[in-house]
Amino acid sequence: MTSPLVSIRGLEKRFDLSGSLLEQISFEGGRFRRKQEAVHAINGVDLEVQKGEALCVVGESGCGKSTVARTVMGLISPSAGEIHYDGQRIDNLDGKAVLPYRRKMQMIFQNPYASLNPRMTIQQTLEEPICFHHPDWSQSQVRDKIHEVMHSVGIDPDWGARFGHEFSGGQRQRIAIARALAVDPEFIVADEPISALDVSIQAQVLNLLMDAQETCNLTYLFITHDLAVVEHFGTRVAVMYLGRVCELADTKTLFATPRHPYTQALLSAIPKLEDDRPNHIRLKGEVPTPVNLPSGCVFHGRCPYANDRCRQEVPQLIATDGGAQVACHAVEEGRL
Amino acid sequence: MALLEVRNLDVRFAVRGGDLTALRGISFSLDKGERLGLVGESGAGKSVAAFSVLNLIAKPGYIAGGQILFEGRDLAAMSERELRKIRGNRIAMIFQDPMMTLNPVLTIGTQMVEAILAHRKISKKEARAIALDRLQKVQIPSPEKRLDQYPHELSGGMRQRVIIAIALLLDPEIIIADEPTTALDVTIQAEIMDLLLNLCEQENVALMLITHDLGVVSQVTQRMLVMYSGRIIEQGPTREIINDAQHPYTQGLINALPQMGEPGARLFQIPGSMPSLKNVPSGCPFHPRCNFATEQCKHAMPEYVRSGNVDVACYEVANLIEQEKHMQEAES
Repeated sequence: MTSPLVSIRGLEKRFDLSGSLLEQISFEGGRFRRKQEAVHAINGVDLEVQKGEALCVVGESGCGKSTVARTVMGLISPSAGEIHYDGQRIDNLDGKAVLPYRRKMQMIFQNPYASLNPRMTIQQTLEEPICFHHPDWSQSQVRDKIHEVMHSVGIDPDWGARFGHEFSGGQRQRIAIARALAVDPEFIVADEPISALDVSIQAQVLNLLMDAQETCNLTYLFITHDLAVVEHFGTRVAVMYLGRVCELADTKTLFATPRHPYTQALLSAIPKLEDDRPNHIRLKGEVPTPVNLPSGCVFHGRCPYANDRCRQEVPQLIATDGGAQVACHAVEEGRL
Repeated sequence: MALLEVRNLDVRFAVRGGDLTALRGISFSLDKGERLGLVGESGAGKSVAAFSVLNLIAKPGYIAGGQILFEGRDLAAMSERELRKIRGNRIAMIFQDPMMTLNPVLTIGTQMVEAILAHRKISKKEARAIALDRLQKVQIPSPEKRLDQYPHELSGGMRQRVIIAIALLLDPEIIIADEPTTALDVTIQAEIMDLLLNLCEQENVALMLITHDLGVVSQVTQRMLVMYSGRIIEQGPTREIINDAQHPYTQGLINALPQMGEPGARLFQIPGSMPSLKNVPSGCPFHPRCNFATEQCKHAMPEYVRSGNVDVACYEVANLIEQEKHMQEAES
């Protein structure tokens, strides 16, 4: 197996909730106490993205999928763990050393209404990353490049002088994609790129992303909550729950034979066109808060197969005979 | 007689530079206990259609024409006072965002009791008992405790259950649900949809479900109507439309779903996007995006034709039906 393009090792991220030192201190029962609380957004994630694939990360809100995306991009720094790009550790590099990686890694955000600067024309929006990463390019080179990327995402290059608000949601997302493609990246992190769009526009943007993958040889880390999109788009899928990966498999394998009880419930909850009635696996309760993580397997409180071991011991990702990696004691013991 | 019958409804918004027509010639009916889905993309007018049933269109919007007959009485012509007796009482509404619907500074119990006392002359104690009963119906764990809690103490799914409980408080005839699960996660969405469906069946309540999710429509509703640019373009039994859509737009919507394509292959895509209300194309509003558009489509809105049990507004479909008729005549 070739070495992965991006590898995430033992990633953890906590967001501190307790505020300043003074806010942490309280007077209880005759003595001062210091209380610290944190949101445990990611709790030990290991993932490898191979060159040319589209690795999809799915899960419900609060499972840490967007935090993974942002940490990989260096938008937030991890509390523990490492990010490697093409064999080089990048999460501890300083401003200058990380620059070449910034060009190779680009991000597409969820909401195209917020991700485009309202005071910049499309021309300026696209110019900025190119001029930043290629300060030696001449004006005509920059102009040609902008022309080329606008053309490739299906936006008329003559519209360069317009502002973002003059475009529809789908067109804005095309412009956001053009901005990412403008610096010839190798790796694109897309955080729910089609969730804010209408159904007919979703198909257009998804097709565009697939075209770009072919023509520019891109590798994707694709974050989404929509499993139908994953089945269509993804090479491999990682299912996350409360900051941990609970199942990692080829798309085909995962959809044909989901092993983890959470994956099974998630898959059964997608409303399908051929169903006449809702038809899904019922889970007990709701997702616990990531402030006080449950002990053992994070899913045990809602899992119909949980036993004492699940309540105490954290399951690790273990390869199964079907080719999937599953973090579940029940699967490991053959109970499921 | 249908429980609710909307006839030729026109809704306009008076803005600078003339009126914008948000709904044009909308007609549909809802029987007792029936579940109807309103499908369309943003800007199609599905929420306006739902809001106008209760005459909840805020200024500058107004109902410019048509009738909304609820048990034979026209809601569009009713006084605000009379309408208030129907809103929340006979016809209840569930909105998209449960946090925006609940008052953050009142407890769940206060809000529920308030809603009951607005319509019924009973004691607070009796009202509280009704509230508790409805919370049990929506399967909220420890319902007594919830009555004294504030909305922020509940999770999103729990809040939407409370909203459904409030909608059921006064045993309505119709529940209008505007994207009730869009703000929720998939697993929670499945539970809420399941609950809503079961309650409507048990209590024999009619449901008008507004959604953009064709999967949900197919699971929950018996009939559906597809809206585009303020018009109903296709209307009929849900199963029939999902399995064999007639209108090119409905076909496009279904085929554009990722689950319809081969994994990895390009998806079917409808070119362009929904026109804004400021410049709705002449004739059939879908013609600039339609693969079958002809000269005819640019000039006048097509009339409804019947194909099976489905009403469709499309010249292409009308022509096909004509042709079939000729073929059959020729054969006999």
